[in-house]
Amino acid sequence: MNHDIFEKNSLILLIGILIVVSIGGLVQIAPLFWVDSTIEQVRGMRPYTPLEQAGRDIYVREGCYNCHSQMIRTLRDEVERYGHYSLAAESMYDHPFQWGSKRTGPDLARVGGKYSDQWHADHLTDPRSLVRESIMPGYPWLAAAPLRTDDIKPKLQTLRLVGVPYTDAMIESAERDLKAQINPESRAARELLTRYPKAKIVLFEQRATKEPSEMDALVAYLQILGQMVDFATFDASGPNLR
Amino acid sequence: MSIVEDRHRLSDGLAVFGTVPVIVTGMTWLTESVEPAMKFHGSLLALGGLLFAFFVLTNGKSLATTTSGYVDGPIKVATVAAIFWGIAGFLIGDILAWQMALPQLNLDLPWTNFGRLRPLHTSAVIFAFGGNVLLATSFYVVQRTCHARLAGRWAPWFVIWGYQLFILLAGTGYLLGITQGKEYAEPEWYADLWLTIVWVTYLLVFLGTLAKRREPHIYVANWFYLAFIVTVAMLHLVNNAAVPVSWTGSKSYIVYSGVQDAMTQWWYGHNAVGFFLTAGFLGIMYYFIPKRVERPVYSYRLSIVHFWTLIFLYIWAGPHHLHYTALPDWAQTLGMTFSIMLWMPSWGGMINGLMTLAGAWDKLRTDPVVRLLVVSVAFYGMATFEGPVMSIKAVNSLSHYTDWGIGHVHSGALGWVAMVSFGAIYCLVPWLWNRPGLYSMKLVEWHFWTATIGILLYITAMWVSGITQGLMWRAYDKLGFLQYSFIETVEAMKPYYVIRAIGGMLFIWGSLIMAYNVWRTVRGDEAVDLAEQPRVAAAPALRLQPAE
Repeated sequence: MNHDIFEKNSLILLIGILIVVSIGGLVQIAPLFWVDSTIEQVRGMRPYTPLEQAGRDIYVREGCYNCHSQMIRTLRDEVERYGHYSLAAESMYDHPFQWGSKRTGPDLARVGGKYSDQWHADHLTDPRSLVRESIMPGYPWLAAAPLRTDDIKPKLQTLRLVGVPYTDAMIESAERDLKAQINPESRAARELLTRYPKAKIVLFEQRATKEPSEMDALVAYLQILGQMVDFATFDASGPNLR
Repeated sequence: MSIVEDRHRLSDGLAVFGTVPVIVTGMTWLTESVEPAMKFHGSLLALGGLLFAFFVLTNGKSLATTTSGYVDGPIKVATVAAIFWGIAGFLIGDILAWQMALPQLNLDLPWTNFGRLRPLHTSAVIFAFGGNVLLATSFYVVQRTCHARLAGRWAPWFVIWGYQLFILLAGTGYLLGITQGKEYAEPEWYADLWLTIVWVTYLLVFLGTLAKRREPHIYVANWFYLAFIVTVAMLHLVNNAAVPVSWTGSKSYIVYSGVQDAMTQWWYGHNAVGFFLTAGFLGIMYYFIPKRVERPVYSYRLSIVHFWTLIFLYIWAGPHHLHYTALPDWAQTLGMTFSIMLWMPSWGGMINGLMTLAGAWDKLRTDPVVRLLVVSVAFYGMATFEGPVMSIKAVNSLSHYTDWGIGHVHSGALGWVAMVSFGAIYCLVPWLWNRPGLYSMKLVEWHFWTATIGILLYITAMWVSGITQGLMWRAYDKLGFLQYSFIETVEAMKPYYVIRAIGGMLFIWGSLIMAYNVWRTVRGDEAVDLAEQPRVAAAPALRLQPAE
């Protein structure tokens, strides 16, 4: 075995290393961008509303992924506990993905619609007031923290840049849509629903002002989780067979 | 002489000039950003630039004078930094461990919550502690095995201080809620860019030193260090590709989404383990074990096979973090297959390290530093057997999402990475500070035992809790319903969380003993048990006695 060439030339060693460590990543990652069956064909997926996206950013900021997964595996007990196994399509607009790696708390991929807005607001403020044995931290400051609204338009623009299909109308009305999602019965709220089907108006008691809080945003995000894909029409065969 | 002085003046000028864009960027954020956290980071950046310029201007004269003839100043800084960040990182880890047993300890404040502290812990131990150990040892080893001084006049200093600035930007950012939300890649875009600059400089210093070598062959430890530096650069650049929302704001969005982002992330995440925490530390093994036991590496041929197979196979292992998820099956199967194959090179390396002691096994009994090094390799062997087992889909369906994963990571991180680091630090400190030996071998002995018992408590508690929880999640009652609600499985974890936290306290206690021992050694206090220390414990310059 003649290994001298690597041991006597640092640049050849460097190039050898680069070639050897590149192969695995190229084979595993690159095809995911062009093999069609990677992401299932489904109905119902849409970009997050401005309020949901703002809530998602708070979910990321507070590091919720450190304890909660958003990925129901194709295992019997998981499907029975949490619902239909997660599809790749369901996180296609997630920058970054939040599948998680640890379940100190339960999976949240389908937590949307499972509890009321009020329950979430109370639970986030003081988890043990609702679940005595819970070890989740409390987030009492969220309800008191006004949500930053001036940055939502550039956020949606950036997301469009990385591939989320926000339309011009969605970006233009981002700030209005964001505020509309906490104002039921308003015209702005009806417009929001035409742009973002299945969006839920957030309603709970602690709200101090008419302006959205960080709690509103986080609850809006939690309530849409797992709600977009229409599983009545989803067909796991055909092009979605994997 | 004057040509040398001119060149020095030029490099001093360039170094100072290089801080200007850093200071300007920092000042811009300080004045322009609407986010208080970003203003703070701007001021950190500007202050860092100013301090480095000041450092260059005041230290030019004293730079070249070291007793060993090598550039040891930056290595000393990194060694002390490693101990400091290590203890900080272990401490935060133990706080987190107690938070899981007693959730009131979260204090319900943004800055003390588990979600923000956990990335602080992982980054502090992996990148701050582990990173500084790697910087220190790689700079030490590459000089000694090449018989050449580090390339660059200020570049090595920039690497060390620039890296500390990265740690500060990343760590304070987490506490203030600045994160990308990708595990082990939490720092935001500007911290990532800063790390890229530092890391490329690191690569250039390393390659430059190799190029200057006066040995025909590049020593095996350097292959591993080089693979570590280059591959981490590749992983970092690809996984962190992001678009900032504003050039004066902290928030960015990763360019990938969903399943592609997941695959890219775990390609990165698992190879942060494979190259940062394994290849780099194998470099430490290949230098410090032979040196300390004064025996050559067991097998040259095995080193070659070990090296190339390890770096080729590791890169494929990422998908085992995504079994039964929405990642396509073909990728999961590839990930599992290569993870199992990875067992072979891992154990090849372990055998090469352990068998280097052939004919010197008595040193395990007489030299606690050797014991730290050898036990670390034994833990490496155990963790690299456990890993392939857990990558099997059937096993993974039970172990994934549970504490078993946490236990596995810690048998690698505490047992292998930290223990081999402690061994290397105990070797390095007398060598760098020119001392005849460590202040106290007895204290090393104490460190060894407290740390080992701490690790054993930690990983056994996590085995039991992980397997228990995994089994409870999938338990069915007689009527075919899920037997336990989720919260019942959380409640069942409590005793193990307490045991784990106590194990962590022991581990911290051991590292405090080390800090004390190192401090006394650096201060130059007379060693209490010099007669019991091997000849090799002394600094090379003090070792030149006639052979026995």
